[in-house]
Amino acid sequence: MSVFNQSRSNIIRLIFIGIFLIIVVQLFNLQVISGKYEKLAMDNAVYPKRIYPNRGIIFDRKGKAILNNTVMYDLTVTPSQVKNIDTMELCNLLEIDTAEFRKRINDARFKNGPVRPTVFEDLLPPGMQAKLEENIYKFTGFTLVERPVRVYPFNTAGHILGYVDEVDTGRIRRSNGFYQLGDYAGRSGLESYYERILMGQRGMQFLIKDNKNRIQGPWRKGENDTAAVAGRNMRSYLDVEVQQLAEKLLTNKVGAVVALDPKSGGIIAMASGPHFDPNDLTGPFKHKNLTRLLLDVTSPLYNRAIKGQYPPGSTYKPLGALIGLDEGVITSKSSIGCLGAYYACRKPVKCTEHWAGHAASLRLAIAWSCNSFFSNTFRLTVDNPKYNNSRIGLQKWNDYMNNFGLGHRLGVDLPSEDTGNVPDTAAYNKEYRGSWSSCTMVTLGIGQDKLLATPLQMANAISIVANKGYFYVPHFIKQIDGETKEDTLLNRYRTKHEVLSHISDEDFETVISGMQDVVDGGTGRVARLPGIKVCAKTGTAENYLMIEGKRTQLKDNSMFVCFAPRENPKIVVVVVVQNAGFGATWAGPIASLVMEKYLNDTLRKERLKEVDRVALANLMPAYYPRMQYREDSIRAFKRFALTKDSSSIRKYIKKPGFRPSTLPKKESKQLPVQNNPVNKPKDTLKPKQKTAIT
Amino acid sequence: MEQRTSMSKGIDWLLVWIYIVLVCIGIISIFAASYREGEDIAAGFLSFKTEYSKQLLYFGISGILATFILLIDSKFFTATANLWYAFGLALLLLVFPFHTAIKGTNSIIRFGSFNLQPAELCKVFVNLALAKYLSRVETDFKKTRSQLIATAIAIIPAILAIMQHETGLALVYFSFFLVMFREGLPAGILIVGFSLAVLVVATLLLEPNLLAIILTVIALLTIFFMKRQIRKSRRILFYIITIWAFCVGVQRFAVPFIFDHVFRPYQVKRIYVLIGKDYVPKTEAAALEIELNSKKNKKDDAGYNVKQSKIAIGSGGVFGKGLLRGTQTRYNFVPEQQTDFIFCTIGEGFGFLGSVILMGIYFLLLMRIIFIAERQRSVFSRCYAYGVASIIFMHIAINICMTIGLAPVIGIPLPFISYGGTSLLSFTILLFILIRLDADRQMVLR
Repeated sequence: MSVFNQSRSNIIRLIFIGIFLIIVVQLFNLQVISGKYEKLAMDNAVYPKRIYPNRGIIFDRKGKAILNNTVMYDLTVTPSQVKNIDTMELCNLLEIDTAEFRKRINDARFKNGPVRPTVFEDLLPPGMQAKLEENIYKFTGFTLVERPVRVYPFNTAGHILGYVDEVDTGRIRRSNGFYQLGDYAGRSGLESYYERILMGQRGMQFLIKDNKNRIQGPWRKGENDTAAVAGRNMRSYLDVEVQQLAEKLLTNKVGAVVALDPKSGGIIAMASGPHFDPNDLTGPFKHKNLTRLLLDVTSPLYNRAIKGQYPPGSTYKPLGALIGLDEGVITSKSSIGCLGAYYACRKPVKCTEHWAGHAASLRLAIAWSCNSFFSNTFRLTVDNPKYNNSRIGLQKWNDYMNNFGLGHRLGVDLPSEDTGNVPDTAAYNKEYRGSWSSCTMVTLGIGQDKLLATPLQMANAISIVANKGYFYVPHFIKQIDGETKEDTLLNRYRTKHEVLSHISDEDFETVISGMQDVVDGGTGRVARLPGIKVCAKTGTAENYLMIEGKRTQLKDNSMFVCFAPRENPKIVVVVVVQNAGFGATWAGPIASLVMEKYLNDTLRKERLKEVDRVALANLMPAYYPRMQYREDSIRAFKRFALTKDSSSIRKYIKKPGFRPSTLPKKESKQLPVQNNPVNKPKDTLKPKQKTAIT
Repeated sequence: MEQRTSMSKGIDWLLVWIYIVLVCIGIISIFAASYREGEDIAAGFLSFKTEYSKQLLYFGISGILATFILLIDSKFFTATANLWYAFGLALLLLVFPFHTAIKGTNSIIRFGSFNLQPAELCKVFVNLALAKYLSRVETDFKKTRSQLIATAIAIIPAILAIMQHETGLALVYFSFFLVMFREGLPAGILIVGFSLAVLVVATLLLEPNLLAIILTVIALLTIFFMKRQIRKSRRILFYIITIWAFCVGVQRFAVPFIFDHVFRPYQVKRIYVLIGKDYVPKTEAAALEIELNSKKNKKDDAGYNVKQSKIAIGSGGVFGKGLLRGTQTRYNFVPEQQTDFIFCTIGEGFGFLGSVILMGIYFLLLMRIIFIAERQRSVFSRCYAYGVASIIFMHIAINICMTIGLAPVIGIPLPFISYGGTSLLSFTILLFILIRLDADRQMVLR
């Protein structure tokens, strides 16, 4: 037996123990203390795939789907599987050249690697898709993949329904991780406002991938997966036929039509001219079309019904009359001797009617739209002896106007509504350094001066008149399918606002009678409908625009507000046609046709001719072509400054051989912003306090 | 009947059981690493086409081989030890003309469908030969000459293995120093060896000039503090200067030489990755080889393997994800997971608990072998037993340290568990010779 060097046996044991301890400590460190490896392993192998449900469908009041889903196809490629294919044939089918083909294959390889499919061409046009479908077996490595796309079956209501597009980085950041790159979301209109309801609930599918990113199957047999829940459908008040008619009537006109049901606040139609085909913004050419619409100076994407701010002109007069009656400064029997102008202030306010007696009573004054009468009424309201201070008087007037829903956002279920403007004492204090009187802003009494309202606000104000004091916030969506207590979005539209019920019914009756007289024998006779008592008010509003640095007076805006039938109002229509002259000339007929279509559900035969006459009339303001030319040429020069490619500016150069060295500084104007089509107030109209007619 | 009794008499059944348990763990791990969803498990095990069924086959062959070994008289091993050693060296040399290029190594001879890796097998023979040499009556291990001869016995195959680019297997031969240490190799040599290792690592970590200055300062300080002794004997000064010159020589010439000419560029890169430095290949050829190697062994930049292996083990947590539920090992994120990185499968599937149990089994095995070693009467058996313990220990330490990021990525199998016929057979032979020797421990072998 050897006891020789026995102690060294223990040293060897100690070495073994030492190394084993180090290993166990490191294992403890990796597996127990450090928690990061589990996540790293998940990131490696588990691919969380988002399942997008179908978006909800929007129906009109008769149950027709006006916003629906359809399927289009993407062509995807898996670069590693592309072998022995007829590249020329594929290129011909896709209408690209081989250089582009190679570039896209390389891009795909770079983006997703050679073994994963990447989109090669998205949203194929139907013809191309059909041809590819037949021949796809020849092109190994290429697959057609379904993709849900929004579709507008009636090609209508683009401004209202909005469109969906990939979310931008700002929205991703603001959403706290709810949206991710590549998600789609509503970008305007109802699509955007009701995004949470329409989008449904995204599902999650956890898939296992291997070290080459190839999908291997579900993770843990799919026990962590969640199913996608389809977006809920919504019922709206819109009447698609009325909407189509309104859009047709606004062809080649700048303006807006709003039709709403005063009893519920439901919007029956809302058109803005010029309009666009919403189907242009889905499908293969959407970005091209979007660019075209954005670069158009007439701003077709701009919803003038909620963003166009117009001086209401004479259409304000029923409101002025009601304020005057309620404040007790006039009665139904008040009169004024008007012979064509109101001379009480320094500058006379002209009136279109010259004959004596057109303002012998309130009803007559409304029927003949007497400027003198309403200028006077406004001054009496402001200088009300009850308050003995015109500042309080004006503030009182301001309160009434706010109660009529003017000067602030109504809260319609569309994003980016505008406020309009109701001037208060502060505005005049600032402008006139405190020294003003009721004469300073006398034209407020005829809906001019600083008063601005959107067509929707006017429609709401008129529905308050029709309802004799109350209103519901105008809105599109009547109900959401499968509505629960948690859906609070619609609650605000179901609350009755009794804002002006303190005005007596007699006062309302007086004003409404005046409005009926407008149609029966006054300025708005064009709106007469057989068998229906229509109440209306015409308006012809002065407006100014800064054109090339000069303040230019444009042709008057043609306005028309009306409701019918008188006894039980079912529809309120407000029409604005920019720079089209008298209210009764163009806006009147449009309003009348819309009303008839809605109330009778159809148009009389002889009225179809009228539809064509109005639809064919081109009332586009004359300054637009020149403005378009200016914008285009400035853009062309900017591009030239960037690219030094003279082909873009050639057609704008008058003298051959002329080359501008730099941009014309004075003329440089901001290019239209790409991402928000509705924020382009190109035609903010500058009102003027001076004179106004009818 | 009598034969049977004599065969099983004195056998250390604990070792046999540990052996069986480890091989079974190995087969299950290989199964977990290579089984694909939807395969018929029974058919897979019996087809001998899948890796786990092949390992099962090797297990069977090992069992037969083990029985044979147990039947052999233990005198046979002492008598033929040198012969085996010669045979082993011959095999190693035969590799040079007859090797088959597989997976970037030049160390494999192919017989039909069986791949033989002599460098793997040879450690058994070296162990026998070393034990034989140390147990000779005429060997006086206190003499330097004997120590050098013993070192040579262990190192010659290691050099051959390095020449075949099997650095990992070569490293294992250094474990024989533990045996020699047990048999009386001065501890000073191990300390010197350890210092040398520190010097090499320092060479890699520090600027050459800075290190030279540090070494010089240390030398000068030593001279300063040993003034008195130096005055007494000039030889001490001579020693100090010699050691200093040697260190600087190693640092300046030997290490760069080894890194440029002995290691493959990708191995150098792995070592650099481990110590956290960037490796810039000196020649274009070296850069090209790294490039080629990383292409061949999918994503084999050294960092990737260790990173994935650490993720696999770390994600196992305390209790593990369960058999066949490890995502890292099931979906090929860990490279070489049936062979060198088999520990990842255990770490991921069975967690900290499973890993510690495995380490416990290994520890039990090693302690048992040392216990057996110490109860031997014959020096041969004792040396052999220590050799077995050292080899197994070296394998475990390098392999597991590699998977958990404590050692550079060196291809070396985990004993009894990694997939591979040669590996399993050679460990079986190694262990069962010990069991045979131990069974005859009452005999005095020379």
